Amino acid sequence: MHGTHRIVSKTQLSEEVFRIEVEAPLVARERKAGQFVIVMYDEEYSERIPLTIADADPVRGTVTLIFQTVGASTHKLALKNPGDEIVLLGPLGNPTHIERFGWAVCVGGGIGLAPLYPIAKAMKEAGNRVTVISGARTKDLLIMQKELVAIADEHIVVTDDGSFGRKALVTEPLKELCMQSPPPDIVVTIGPPIMMKFCAETTRPFGVKTLASLNTIMLDGTGMCGGCRVAIGDQTKFVCVDGPEFDAHLVDWNGMMMRLGTYKEIEKEAHDRCHLEMQIAKLEAHAADKESAK
Amino acid sequence: MSHKEDFTMDNAELELAKLRAAPITPKIRLQIPPQDMPAQDPAARRSNMEEVALGYTPAQAMLEAERCLQCKNAPCISGCPVRIDIPGFIGKIKEGDFLGASKIIKKTNLLPSICGRVCPQETQCQAPCTVGKALGGVEKAVQIGRLERFVADYERAQGAMEMPHVAPPTGRKVAIVGAGPAGLTCAVDVRREGHEVTIFEAFHKPGGVMVYGIPEFRLPKVLVQSEAEVLECMGVDFELNFLVGRTRPLRALMSEDGYDAVFIGTGAGLPKFMNIPGENYVGVFSANEYLTRANLLKAYMRGMAGTPIYPSRRVAVLGGGNVAMDSARMALRLGAEEVRVLYRRTREEMPARAEEVAHAMEEGIIFDFLKSPTRVLGDDRGRVAALEVLSYELGEPDESGRRRPVPIRGSEQIIPFDTVIVAIGNESNPLISHTTPELQVDKHGHILVDEKQKTSIERVYAGGDIVLGAATVILAMGEGRRAAQAINEILQ
Ligand SMILES: Cc1cc2nc3c(=O)[nH]c(=O)nc-3n(C[C@H](O)[C@H](O)[C@H](O)COP(=O)(O)OP(=O)(O)OC[C@H]3O[C@@H](n4cnc5c(N)ncnc54)[C@H](O)[C@@H]3O)c2cc1C
Ligand SMILES: Cc1cc2nc3c(=O)[nH]c(=O)nc-3n(C[C@H](O)[C@H](O)[C@H](O)COP(=O)(O)OP(=O)(O)OC[C@H]3O[C@@H](n4cnc5c(N)ncnc54)[C@H](O)[C@@H]3O)c2cc1C
Ligand code: SF4
Ligand code: SF4
Ligand code: FES
Repeated sequence: MHGTHRIVSKTQLSEEVFRIEVEAPLVARERKAGQFVIVMYDEEYSERIPLTIADADPVRGTVTLIFQTVGASTHKLALKNPGDEIVLLGPLGNPTHIERFGWAVCVGGGIGLAPLYPIAKAMKEAGNRVTVISGARTKDLLIMQKELVAIADEHIVVTDDGSFGRKALVTEPLKELCMQSPPPDIVVTIGPPIMMKFCAETTRPFGVKTLASLNTIMLDGTGMCGGCRVAIGDQTKFVCVDGPEFDAHLVDWNGMMMRLGTYKEIEKEAHDRCHLEMQIAKLEAHAADKESAK
Repeated sequence: MSHKEDFTMDNAELELAKLRAAPITPKIRLQIPPQDMPAQDPAARRSNMEEVALGYTPAQAMLEAERCLQCKNAPCISGCPVRIDIPGFIGKIKEGDFLGASKIIKKTNLLPSICGRVCPQETQCQAPCTVGKALGGVEKAVQIGRLERFVADYERAQGAMEMPHVAPPTGRKVAIVGAGPAGLTCAVDVRREGHEVTIFEAFHKPGGVMVYGIPEFRLPKVLVQSEAEVLECMGVDFELNFLVGRTRPLRALMSEDGYDAVFIGTGAGLPKFMNIPGENYVGVFSANEYLTRANLLKAYMRGMAGTPIYPSRRVAVLGGGNVAMDSARMALRLGAEEVRVLYRRTREEMPARAEEVAHAMEEGIIFDFLKSPTRVLGDDRGRVAALEVLSYELGEPDESGRRRPVPIRGSEQIIPFDTVIVAIGNESNPLISHTTPELQVDKHGHILVDEKQKTSIERVYAGGDIVLGAATVILAMGEGRRAAQAINEILQ
């Protein structure tokens, strides 16, 4: 039986953010900007973790994933090393609708900058003028900056604490851009739900078409379970097959955020346990080192 | 294990000896009561995942076999979708030749250990059984399914599993999409002829609903796994974590990858919801989601599994089929204090297997018949707090012949729950048809096929739930088999 894929490289981008490159020739060949994969760190007990394809190299047959260690499962994934095999299914979801809109503003927050990159790149390749707004809590969490700078016509950086770029939330420069005339033709936003919600509220009065890439809880990623459902206008949609991108002005953000919290308590417990285990492992390794040094 | 088991075992041996002391007339056969299958004690099993039904002992099986009249016209055979020679295999059991019985079954059914456990026998093989008819109730029919299960388990326990013979390589290649019962069966029959076979499966384990939907306590996963291993030994190739239509377009399998024919057995994986207000509150799950978390992703192994499951105390399950029974019994095993099944009709109309309903009742699941929710109520954190439920009464029969439930005006009541599992069925997953526009489907998204299971595309066949709508394991297998026959014909 085949179905696992080998990790070929791993880089730590910041304390919490990792980049892995995984051998998956078919996925690398088929995927388009905006699509994602589901990975599992093993075949028996792993959770199914949706991650956007941040980049792909069809020639080498690899896909690049960038993820933040937010809970137990992403931590366990971060423990995998080059040479290890992981489960990977994809490409899933619909590709971003890319065309020559004119002026495209791409807004990314935190880890959302990783999935934003392929979309911004595709927008640029389609002949759009691309403005990127990169936002993060603090300087260390700003990722993909080199790549984004390389393709953006303009690049605006903001941090919550002012440790780099402007001290502001992404909605501030976004509003300024919307006030220009003519305003942007399209805005794409990826990041924490709360950020996407406020981006939607920022562009709404200007009538600027805004797309958001939703990161709901997912299980199969193929439309089988309905766990990823979210209200879009007066309809319920499955993010994994109908999305992941939707008109940000129609998304029921509050409903989506509530559903994201479904397992919060259990996950926190698992996360804490995972931290504890890693702490113990470190201590033991330290003790063993000391032992062997003697 | 319950005391009941020892009791019936002793009993069966004694009864059998007594019975065989003199010639057995049909009249005597009709007097033998149907043999109960030993089961785990309800109080114990409601908090473990182990199989509920324990299977016959050899003496019980032989005693049950003595009930069969060996009817010349064998009406039971016509009730079995794969036409097992039922009197034939039961005759072998009578003689104590259990492996011989297995040989007869395996001529037409490759997965007897599974079918014996999950077939709705009371509407299939056991429905037309002469013994049941003579005694005035289908529950008194010869227990064909239990016998089939016994034989299959016996063979496994002997380590006598026989691998189907594979003809020399033909150089032809066949792609199977989906590793459910339809796909697995089709794969075996095509592989037998010597064609190369690759099964593409979206999940990380083969088995389809048999691994992600039907729980361990009803169908142990080792059984499915060992069937898949038989296929591997036959040289069938499995490509897991491969979503046809996304990882590779269906067309490319034939035009670029050199497959000479394709079989689509992708099942009915699209959950239906009630479309009532409040259905997106936290704590409302499709049965597919709930069961997949619990089964395939092992959420019941807390601490080990990465996948969380919602902590529930009061659970409402909506629906009356096997899926509803499985969800309710799973919720109970995961620690719920009270589980209620809300069904719009009455017990008579429930499509679930009779044995599962009986087991669920023994385990303390509460059934609210003639009730259906109109609204989910949530708390201030968006979590399920209660259901508003409407009562029904039975009116005139509808087109299906079942009496139509009619709502009773003003009968709404509010019942507190923290979890709602929607188990009202599945529709067909549109992924393949959407990515393959030339594939014709009906208005429900079921793939249209001819009598040989051929679709609107040359060399592409389909079968199982994706064609039938949510059906049964054995019907899916039957379709897989018919498609294999047609594929083998065109590849000759
Ligand atoms: C289509 C899609 C694409 C994604 N792409 C990326 C990506 O490229 N890089 C990346 O780092 N993450 C991405 N995510 C989010 C990622 O899947 C989650 O961070 C991960 O599943 C969390 O697992 P965990 O067990 O480590 O954390 P958990 O313990 O499960 O969760 C920790 C916290 O994160 C929240 N959370 C849980 N699931 C998600 C989720 N799916 N999205 C957002 N927050 C969640 C929880 O509410 C909780 O507060 C994507 C999600 C989706 C649906
Ligand atoms: C909870 C539950 C309990 C049930 N209980 C019973 C019972 O007791 N008795 C009974 O007879 N029947 C029962 N059924 C029904 C029975 O399981 C189905 O009728 C049967 O499994 C259908 O078989 P299939 O091969 O058509 O599809 P499935 O078993 O649905 O298998 C389809 C497979 O295809 C895969 N797939 C889908 N799309 C793709 C794609 N694009 N690419 C690759 N792979 C894909 C899926 O992941 C899946 O593994 C039950 C069903 C459920 C949900
Ligand atoms: S396969 Fe199913 S229907 Fe056929 S004899 Fe066995 S239990 Fe009965
Ligand atoms: S109909 Fe019943 S009694 Fe007759 S052969 Fe079949 S199983 Fe035996
Ligand atoms: S993740 Fe299951 S339907 Fe979307």
